[in-house]
Amino acid sequence: MFRRLTRKTYVLSAGALLLLLLPSIMQLVDEPYLISLFSRILIYALAAVSLDLILGYGGMVSLGHAAFFGIGAYVVSIFSYHSFDGSPLLTWPLTLQGQENALLTWPAAMLTSAVLAAFIGALSLRTSGMHFIMITLAFAQMLYFFFVSLEAYGGDDGLSLMSRNTLAGLDLTNDTTFYYLCLTLLCTFLIIAYRLVHSRFGMVIRGSRDNAKRMQSLGFPIYRYKLVCFIIAGAAAGLAGALIANQTEYVSPGLMHWTRSGIILIMVLLGGTGTLFGPVLGAAAFLLLEEVLAIYTAHWMVYMGPFLILVVLFARHGLYGIIVGREKDNG
Amino acid sequence: MAEDLLRIVNLCKGFGAVQACNNLSLEIRAGELHAIIGPNGAGKTTLINLVSGDLLPDTGHIYLGDQEISQLPLHRRAHLGLARSYQITSVFPQLTVEENLLLAIQAHCGHSFRFWKSSNTDSQLRGELLPAIEQVGLTERAGIRAGNLSHGEKKQLEVGMALACKPRLLLLDEPMAGMGPGGTVELRKLITKLKQQMTILLVEHDVDAIFALADRITVLVYGEVVATGTPEEIRSNPAVREAYLGEEVQTC
Ligand SMILES: Nc1ncnc2c1ncn2[C@@H]1O[C@H](COP(=O)(O)OP(=O)(O)OP(=O)(O)O)[C@@H](O)[C@H]1O
Ligand SMILES: [Mg+2]
Repeated sequence: MFRRLTRKTYVLSAGALLLLLLPSIMQLVDEPYLISLFSRILIYALAAVSLDLILGYGGMVSLGHAAFFGIGAYVVSIFSYHSFDGSPLLTWPLTLQGQENALLTWPAAMLTSAVLAAFIGALSLRTSGMHFIMITLAFAQMLYFFFVSLEAYGGDDGLSLMSRNTLAGLDLTNDTTFYYLCLTLLCTFLIIAYRLVHSRFGMVIRGSRDNAKRMQSLGFPIYRYKLVCFIIAGAAAGLAGALIANQTEYVSPGLMHWTRSGIILIMVLLGGTGTLFGPVLGAAAFLLLEEVLAIYTAHWMVYMGPFLILVVLFARHGLYGIIVGREKDNG
Repeated sequence: MAEDLLRIVNLCKGFGAVQACNNLSLEIRAGELHAIIGPNGAGKTTLINLVSGDLLPDTGHIYLGDQEISQLPLHRRAHLGLARSYQITSVFPQLTVEENLLLAIQAHCGHSFRFWKSSNTDSQLRGELLPAIEQVGLTERAGIRAGNLSHGEKKQLEVGMALACKPRLLLLDEPMAGMGPGGTVELRKLITKLKQQMTILLVEHDVDAIFALADRITVLVYGEVVATGTPEEIRSNPAVREAYLGEEVQTC
C-alpha cells in the first residue's frame, strides 16, 4: 500500500499506532471507561466506511443505511434473548434455537442485512438521485416502525442483552478485548474495501458514479454491479450492528431511525467522501465532539451543526482531505 | 455489392412536436465509412442515439447483421460490437485518462465481478492500454484526471474510449468539433487508418474532411434522408446543393 514515505504514510501510521496503543494509554491516564467510547467509535467507523463504499465510490446517496445497522443489532439480540429464555426463535419452516456464539450469530446478522440490502437495493436502484434517497429512507422508516410495533421483542422499549456473545474463548465482557476485536474487524474490512475499490469491480462502481450512461454504452450492465456493492455495504453495516448490540448490550428501534442514518452520513461527509480512512476519522471526530460538547450543554447539536457546515463547505474531501492533502485519492 | 452491416428501416423518433427522425431508412455496408451530414437540428445525433441505444425509437427497426437491435439496452448493443463517441464529451471526469481507457478495455474482457486484483496492474488490461492511449496521442497525459483535460483532449479521449472497445461498427458524432487544427489533422489520419479495420458511421460538419474520407454520404434534413451516394453523386445532386451545400456556400 505504501511505496514512499509521504504525508499520508505518516498520518496513517500515526493513526494506526494510536489506535493500537489506546487501551494502554487509557490505563495510564487512568480513564479506562473511555475504552468503550473508542470501541463505539470503531464500530461506527465500520458502518461509515461501508456507507462510503456506496456513497463516495458508488454515488448512491442512501439515507437508510441504519436499517442494515439496526437489523444486524436485532439479529444478535434476538438470538441472545431466546438463548436465555430457552424458547425457540423459529419453529417453522425450520426449528431455530437461541444462540450466543458470535461465530454463528454475527455471520447470521451479516447475512440478514445482506438479504435485506438485496431486497431494498433491487427496488431502489431502479431510481437515482432524489428518488433513491427518498426510497432508501422510506424502507428504513418502515423497518423502524415494524420494530416499534414488535412487542415480542420489546417494541418501543427495545431489548436488553443478558450478556455479550461468546467468541472462541475470548472474554468479550472485557472492554480491552472487545476493543481489539472491533479494531481487528475494522482493519479487515478496510483492507477488503481497499482491494475492492481498486479492483475491476471497484472501477465499475466508480465509473458508474461518474457517468452511468457512458458505462452502459461501453457495455457494462451497471445495475447488477451497483446492487452487489449495495449488498456488500449492507452486510458490513450488519456486522457493525452486531458489534454495537454487544457493546451497549441493548438494542432499540432507534438504531434504525432515519436520524441514525443521518449521523452515519454526517460521519462520512465530515471525514471525507470517496476515501476509506476519511469515514474512520469522521466517526472519531463526531463521537468525540459529541462527548465533549455534551459535558457542557444538552444542545450540543447547536455547536456541532456549524462545525459540520464549515467542514463540508470548505473541505470538499472532509477532514481527511485537510490532513493528508492531495493524496486523499486511493483511499 | 458488399453486404449490409447495419440496416435501418422506417425509423421514427419524435420529441413532442419535433420529428427528429422521420421514417428514415438507411443501409450501412460492411467495411465502408458512411458519413452523415446535414444542417443543425437535422437529427444526426438522434440517429446515432437510436443506433447506439441511448434512445429507443417510436417505431421502426434497426438490424445489426441479421439481429434486430432497436429495443436492446445500451450495454447489450455494445457487446454486439457497437461503440460510439459523444458529440458532447462524455468521459469519467474523476478518473484519470488511463483509468478511463482501462474501463473501456475492461468492458470487453469478461465480467467484472473480480473483487481482489488491482485493475491498474492487471496485465490483461494493461496490454491493450499502450496502443489505445498512443493512437489518440494522450500518452503524456495518462495520469491526468479526465475532468482537467482541455476540451480538445477530452474529445481525443472520447474517441480513444470508443476505439478501445474494438467495435465492428464505430459511431462517431462530430469527433472533430472543437478539437483545434492540430488535433483535426491527427484525427483525420487516424480515421483513414481505422477505415481499413472497421465499419464507421461518421457525423461531421467539416465538409472537406467528409468528402475526403467517406465512401458514401447520406444527407439528412429535418429527420429525413435527402440523398445517399458516393461523394461525387452527393456533390452533383441538385436537391442536396439546394438543401445543404448551397446554404454552406452562401454563408461562407
Ligand atoms: N432530448 C431531446 N428532447 C427534445 N428535443 C430534442 C432532444 N434531442 C434532440 N431534440 C430535437 O431534435 C432535433 C434533432 O436534434 P439532433 O441533436 O439530433 O440534431 P443534430 O443534427 O445532431 O444537430 P447538431 O448539428 O446541432 O448536432 C432538434 O430539433 C432538437 O432540438
Ligand atoms: Mg448533433
